[in-house]
Amino acid sequence: MPQVTLTVNGTKHTVEVEARTLLVELLREKLRLTGTHVGCDTSQCGACVVHMGGDSIKACTILAVQCEGADVTTIEGLAKADGTLHPMQEAFREYHALQCGFCTPGMVMSAIDLVNKHPGGLSEQEIREGLEGNLCRCTGYHNIVKAIAAAADVMQGRRSELARAAE
Amino acid sequence: MDGIATKSVGAALRHDSALKHTTGEARYADDIPEALGTLHAALVLSAVPHGTLTALRNEAARAMPGVVAIIAAADVPGENDIGPATQKEKLFADPVVEFAGMPLAMVVAATRDQALRAAQAVQAEIAALEPVLTIERALELGQDVVPPQVIRRCDAAAAIAAAPRRLSAEFRAGGQEHFYLEGQVALATPGEGGDMAVVSSTQHPSEVQHIVARVLGCGYNQVTATCRRMGGGFGGKESNASWVAAAAAIGARVTGKPVKLRLPRRADMIATGKRHPFLYRWTAGFDDTGRIMGLEALLAADGGWSLDMSGGVVFRAVTHAVNCCDVPALAITARAVKTNTVSNTAFRGFGGPQGALLMEDVVHRVAAALGRTPEEVRARNFLGVGGNSDELPYGQRVEGDLIARVWAEAKADSEWDRRRAEIAAFNASHPTLRRGLGSMVLCFGISFGIRHLNQAGALVHVYSDGSIRLNHGGTEMGQGLFVKVAQIVAEAFGVDLDRVAITATSTAEVPNTAPTAASTGSDLNGWAAHNAAVAIRGRMAEVAAAKWGIAPEAVVFADNRAWAERAGANRWLDFGELAKLCFIERVSLSATGFYRTPDIHWDPKAMKGNPFFYFSYGAAVAEVVVDTLTGEHRCLRADLLQDCGRSLNPAVDLGQIEGAFVQGMGWLTCEELWWDAQGRLRTVGPSTYKIPGSRDVPPVFRTRLLESAPARVDTIFRSKAVGEPPLLLATSVWNALKDAIGTPALDLPATPERVLMALRNKG
Ligand code: FES
Ligand code: FES
Repeated sequence: MPQVTLTVNGTKHTVEVEARTLLVELLREKLRLTGTHVGCDTSQCGACVVHMGGDSIKACTILAVQCEGADVTTIEGLAKADGTLHPMQEAFREYHALQCGFCTPGMVMSAIDLVNKHPGGLSEQEIREGLEGNLCRCTGYHNIVKAIAAAADVMQGRRSELARAAE
Repeated sequence: MDGIATKSVGAALRHDSALKHTTGEARYADDIPEALGTLHAALVLSAVPHGTLTALRNEAARAMPGVVAIIAAADVPGENDIGPATQKEKLFADPVVEFAGMPLAMVVAATRDQALRAAQAVQAEIAALEPVLTIERALELGQDVVPPQVIRRCDAAAAIAAAPRRLSAEFRAGGQEHFYLEGQVALATPGEGGDMAVVSSTQHPSEVQHIVARVLGCGYNQVTATCRRMGGGFGGKESNASWVAAAAAIGARVTGKPVKLRLPRRADMIATGKRHPFLYRWTAGFDDTGRIMGLEALLAADGGWSLDMSGGVVFRAVTHAVNCCDVPALAITARAVKTNTVSNTAFRGFGGPQGALLMEDVVHRVAAALGRTPEEVRARNFLGVGGNSDELPYGQRVEGDLIARVWAEAKADSEWDRRRAEIAAFNASHPTLRRGLGSMVLCFGISFGIRHLNQAGALVHVYSDGSIRLNHGGTEMGQGLFVKVAQIVAEAFGVDLDRVAITATSTAEVPNTAPTAASTGSDLNGWAAHNAAVAIRGRMAEVAAAKWGIAPEAVVFADNRAWAERAGANRWLDFGELAKLCFIERVSLSATGFYRTPDIHWDPKAMKGNPFFYFSYGAAVAEVVVDTLTGEHRCLRADLLQDCGRSLNPAVDLGQIEGAFVQGMGWLTCEELWWDAQGRLRTVGPSTYKIPGSRDVPPVFRTRLLESAPARVDTIFRSKAVGEPPLLLATSVWNALKDAIGTPALDLPATPERVLMALRNKG
């Protein structure tokens, strides 16, 4: 069986995989990182989004063997070692941007990349467009968009801490 | 507010798993570490809609790597019957194949990949039979899955004949795939002596237990069904979760190993039930003011191949067909007919949204015929307003003042008059784009239509350190039920919410439960948990009272303490100290709680009664813009107002309303299920089946709870249910589209194609 060596959340792993194994299977089944979800199998729902070299990718659409030498971050790798949440995680929690939570890890990973790719800040409209690859069946997206806007303010230094959600 | 002072209850608290969801720590059924030797299953599904299964050729599949067993009807240890109601409904075809997607067999293998590949290699020989694929054909054949349900009042035909004007119409509404983001999944683990433990993503653990016991041929007491959370349910994880769990359990029994069955999205979409599509035919008589005097209507639901819960769905459709309007004389017939398609099932609203479409169609076509606005015609017919009766045709009364109030407030919130003028000016100046404004007012009955489901149980323990463990029969699918019930328990004990541990729903802890459905989760389980907590609190009060030499009624629980006489008094015990004292005094700190909804009754022969504990009201205004060249549209703004009584948790309730609206908008606009001429579903993934995405949501989206409208006194903290009613608010988008294109005749879902057809038909 082929081997692949990759770094996940800062730890280097060498794993034996079948040639057809997907990255998401490697993460969930071999490394037991089950925060990355599978919603559709076909690259449309975004529940499986992780970061590879800082870019968001759909882990159901890339073979594990393509990730040789890659640096992958999953939802489990976002918070600091002391448990301090990433501002995007904090914002999803604070703004009620989740219900069943199944889309949440993928949404958070996509949203961080989206904000990083707009260093000058981004409008609500740009957030809505940037989220097109992530489906949510529960929330109606309204609070998700608000959470991302609030997190962007913190990530880009326009606020020192998260604005409290209006009730 | 409202004379009730509460601390936890009514606070906009976070979802109990909010932190775990944002860190990826929350475990869904597929995330639980698998025991060594766990096997995986995959289904073999029929490719034809109707026929007789004459042979299954398994040899090639059996020889494939990792394959452990191939299971078909003959291998089911108990009954091959997964029907949730009375009718026999086969899990594996035997020998009749009833729809394209019906399970024929199941492969169990060492890995999921091996099982899926081997399932492809199983060959079925099926002698084809003529399928019935449309509601019309099934109506002609009289293939009803339940007896028709008819609600009558006075002589409808005579009232229509006597009315100054008459109108008839036919229209249809489509089905809807649940598209819970977490697909169906169950893990069955065999235990000692024939026991079976099932982890299932289910809204109805008790039904999983019963159906697993039925297919295994054992007692309910040998099966434990558990669910900590679902990644969405929406009704799709009631009866459909049960058969998935049953299949996994059969695999586990046959192989003696734990077996997990997780459906790929494609199989999930093909093999699991959906919202019922409806066909409507009606004739109304009315006067020049738009007052409807008589109505005859047929609501025909496509039940799919089996009964499932279609009886309940048509009951809710027929009881909600007049929605918020009074019709003095009517005859409404609701039928569910059998077709060779997947068996349709519960979906948020459970026939209520489909029922309410009838009245909206009547109101809009009557308004167009009279040159009046639909809002004027609807309000002319409001129940309990302006001399109209407040009694529904089946005898239950509603609050007309709340109907009038939600509409008046939503109209004001939406700046209706100003925007009407703005839109008229826009439409006059633009060559191809048309903007439109639409509204909706809803009146939705809360309770299960089946009386015995209106019960709930809870189990509460207080440990001797003062920490609390809560369990109840309700399930968490993202709707925030667990946090709401925990708020109620924290309130009862006067402690902070973080003292209350929330635990997985299990048939081993609370038996004989109803599904978490019909929006009743917090109404029923909230009361059951409250009753358990109050029982324990009473015993704790006696212990404290004995210590202080006061009456037990004088012990007050607040701020994590028990106080003598009043909160803030100088004699008090920390809640944990008191729990410890109870243990020392040998007083039980565990209690079950039970609740059944009072005052509900229904006479199915007469089709009369008070089937609902109360009604929930709401109103909405939506604005759309339509491109008349392509038929595409966008929803530009929505203003929603929903009655939640005295909300248990406004943050959770607002989220439910927003989510329900968008889901309803999907059903009515972009979500189209498409079957080919061979009866095969061809929209089997999100690439062809379009649920609303982030860009489809109105950029101006204002949601508000109706203020100062507490529910009846015997509801839990005077709150109202929220899960389903706001889905009906999305009907305002359908109505806005009709306004934009200038015709009330618009079939659903209102895809660009149907919008173009409506424009063409209008001429
Ligand atoms: S599972 Fe990868 S996009 Fe849906
Ligand atoms: S919160 Fe359920 S899918 Fe987004």
